[in-house]
Amino acid sequence: MRQEWGRLVALLLSQFRRLDLVEDALGDAVEAASRTWPADGTPDNPAGWLMTAAKRRVLDRLRTEGVAQRKLPMLLTDAEHREEGARTMADSGSLVEDDVLRLVLMCAHPALAPEAAGALSLRLVLGVPTADIARLFLVPEPTMAARITRAKKRIVGAGIPFAVPDAAVLPDRLDIVAQTTYLAFTAGYAPGTGPDLLRADLSGEAIRLARVVLGLRPDEPALVALLALMLLQHSRRDARVRDGRLVLLADQDRGRWHHDEIAEGTRLLVGPVLAGPVTPLTASYALQARIAAEHATAPTADDTRWDRIVGLYDLLLQVSPSPAARLARAVAVAEDRGTAAGLAALEGLEIPSSHRPAAVRAELLARSGDTDAARAAYDQAIAACGNDVEREFLERQRETLG
Amino acid sequence: MTRFVVLIAYGSSEWDGASAETRDYYFRAHDAFSAYVAEHGTEHSSGALADPGAATTVRRAGRARDGDVVVTIGPFAETTEQVGGYYDVELPDLDHAITAASLLPAAYSVEIRPTITIT
Repeated sequence: MRQEWGRLVALLLSQFRRLDLVEDALGDAVEAASRTWPADGTPDNPAGWLMTAAKRRVLDRLRTEGVAQRKLPMLLTDAEHREEGARTMADSGSLVEDDVLRLVLMCAHPALAPEAAGALSLRLVLGVPTADIARLFLVPEPTMAARITRAKKRIVGAGIPFAVPDAAVLPDRLDIVAQTTYLAFTAGYAPGTGPDLLRADLSGEAIRLARVVLGLRPDEPALVALLALMLLQHSRRDARVRDGRLVLLADQDRGRWHHDEIAEGTRLLVGPVLAGPVTPLTASYALQARIAAEHATAPTADDTRWDRIVGLYDLLLQVSPSPAARLARAVAVAEDRGTAAGLAALEGLEIPSSHRPAAVRAELLARSGDTDAARAAYDQAIAACGNDVEREFLERQRETLG
Repeated sequence: MTRFVVLIAYGSSEWDGASAETRDYYFRAHDAFSAYVAEHGTEHSSGALADPGAATTVRRAGRARDGDVVVTIGPFAETTEQVGGYYDVELPDLDHAITAASLLPAAYSVEIRPTITIT
């Protein structure tokens, strides 16, 4: 049922152009299905059944609506497509695919706030329950429900269309789809608390979103590189937490990594789509994916090719410089060329309101035997750390200094 | 089709000392905007506004219906960016409005607002 959600939303939107009614109507239809199918048996054409039920609900709502509501602005669509759609209805597969692309582009529109776009994409394209989206973005469910409602109002109010833009603009818009997807993915890895430490299962929804878009635009370099990156990072999820505690990469049980996902990710990286010249965004995703692949394909932590990883970070810093990438490069330099070189690479690096530079410095100082300086750096990191689980980890590290 | 008002904010002083070449760039940018709108929709009207120093603001005291009319010198709000002109256009959607707005001179901040029907 979930696989059909985006297609059904797209078809209902192109027919009724009422963003406020369509999602509720489909939700009601799915709920009715979960009540009646177990007793009556699943219909021969489940998607058709849901579509009919949802349409009936939209029509019911339209009939009972007041005059004032009928005058509300409708979702804008590309006009020529409307005529085409009326002629052929839902018979042609490619027309439906176009509608799903319209839906994806509408949800990840640059005139929406990035987090709202991410949430809306998961809700409308994939049918992820609002409660799960709220957990992913670490907000209470009513807050997320209100955010999604506001985003839908903004789409209609600002004139964001349910349409495929000009070919000249489409690549940029697909880049924004990729960025929106990656934002939803990384939200699942932002540290939470307790059992929600990683919420990694929810990051899998972003991978599903990327697969939906790649189903529509198979050779889009940014999305291919992004899928590789997400698969390679996501493959480690089961080994990253043990007994509610973070496990560092070097200490992870590599047998618990998802090797099928690692294989798919590395295969995507060497494919023809990424062989030619690519945009900076695509290059940045591909380089991060290649770094993740170096880790994922090393048989043991000791076999990690840190020299190659440092080289990849050097390239990444040229394509898209960031303090986070500099920090990660410093860690790699320490592994490759020793702690002194790592500490030198950390020189002058600061990330506002982040404990990570201090935490890395503390770890390297501890390794170099400078216990006093290490303790001071740990104190600094602990003071700046806003997450309980990570703070506990840092406190344990400080204890072991003796 | 949606009716959009395209509001342009621009530091007016920049225009006064502009070279012939700069002025030519501005005129060509506005022509490109109008040509794009004509191709995809309708341009209903447009206007360049006089300097904010020429603005007069009228309010009712205390916003009360029977409040005295208070006339003050200057625009609604004193900000560094002031509305310096507008276009009233009809275009298929926000994507077209953004494309049109991006044809205007680079020094502008452009605000796109759909108009609504008051019932």
